[in-house]
Amino acid sequence: MTALAALIRRDIRIALRVGGGALIGVLFFLTVVVLMPFAVGPDLALLSRLGPAILWLGALLASLLTLDRLFMADHEDGSLDLITMSRTPLELACAAKALAHWLAAGLPLIVATPVLGLLLNLDMVATGAVALTLLAGTPALTFTGMIGAALAVTLHRGGLLMAVLVLPLSIPVLIFGVAASQAAITGPLSFGAPFSILCALSLVSLVVGPFAAAMSLRHGLD
Amino acid sequence: MQLSGRGLVCVRGGREVFAGLDFEARSGEAVAVVGRNGSGKTSLLRLIAGLLVPAGGTIALAGGDSELTLPEQCHYLGHRDALKPALSVVENLAFWADFLGGERFDAEGSLTTVGLDHATDLPAAFLSAGQRRRLSLARLLTVRRPVWLLDEPTTALDAAGQDMFAGLMRDHLTRGGLIIAATHAPLGIDARELRIGGAA
Repeated sequence: MTALAALIRRDIRIALRVGGGALIGVLFFLTVVVLMPFAVGPDLALLSRLGPAILWLGALLASLLTLDRLFMADHEDGSLDLITMSRTPLELACAAKALAHWLAAGLPLIVATPVLGLLLNLDMVATGAVALTLLAGTPALTFTGMIGAALAVTLHRGGLLMAVLVLPLSIPVLIFGVAASQAAITGPLSFGAPFSILCALSLVSLVVGPFAAAMSLRHGLD
Repeated sequence: MQLSGRGLVCVRGGREVFAGLDFEARSGEAVAVVGRNGSGKTSLLRLIAGLLVPAGGTIALAGGDSELTLPEQCHYLGHRDALKPALSVVENLAFWADFLGGERFDAEGSLTTVGLDHATDLPAAFLSAGQRRRLSLARLLTVRRPVWLLDEPTTALDAAGQDMFAGLMRDHLTRGGLIIAATHAPLGIDARELRIGGAA
């Protein structure tokens, strides 16, 4: 347990220091959402109808932005070799790294959501609904994205390849995340059904992600 | 304790690097792996560390901790030093001590031994190549492992650093550890030579 706690602490610390990814993700999220009203125009009704979708897309892109470094940085400086050799199972180490990434990069997005909701003319209930669905859904984005990040290390290609691999996997999360938010705001569907599926997607990815990522990393040993 | 490899075959990128390689190292013994560039010195160390899968042959450690696998009993000191530039010297060391586990962590002691005690709070980004190497060596001292796999360990170390390191290796051997080092430069200790792939 000390080993995993140490890994989580280290990754969070690096993310919060200068040059780490935590702040970049939030700033990117902010930029994407702020640009939307300029693109859509000053139609308040339209903005509030599109609001949840815009917030979800922004959060999705922002969490992808920093995810490709999840294993790449450790691979480049040799840390991944030592992590692979250690007594800690690689699956648990992967899960710890993804958890640290979510705490440092995912959680700030959710905290920023109420502020950005104002820019999109969302009322309190709507903003709360979007923040709640993001809280339930972003772990799924991180833990499925981790598989892409591990493949990017294996294939020695970062960045764009990862986006191409990971974005299709996040389609279900996006569908049910936005559906649950819309249901809470306008109805007529119930909020519970899509929200439960969203939670289920997160839980499945929590289990599948670490195993798939560890398998990919082991396969790519060289 | 005895580490041995029998009939090892290593294939990288479809090309056979070496085949039918045998080696052996006992407690208290250092083996210097020598050979020209590209002869597979690093590959051999990575095979032992479990970071490469051999295309043939076996590696076994007799007399080690039966609860642990071979890589879990090894320290691997590679070209890349596994340091995070954003973290300070002591944070880098403390992380590996916590993560690798084992005996109690004595950061000050091992940093003094490698001559970095004046820079404990300096971010690793500001260290020179030789200082980074010294910090990596501190990792070997902080967490005890019987097998040291060293890849060009003396690179970037100054003369005093090489003497210090030779002393550390001698201590490790007297404690019953064993060392496999890939090197071009003399290690500064008595070592049996293992030549890969013809004359250098």
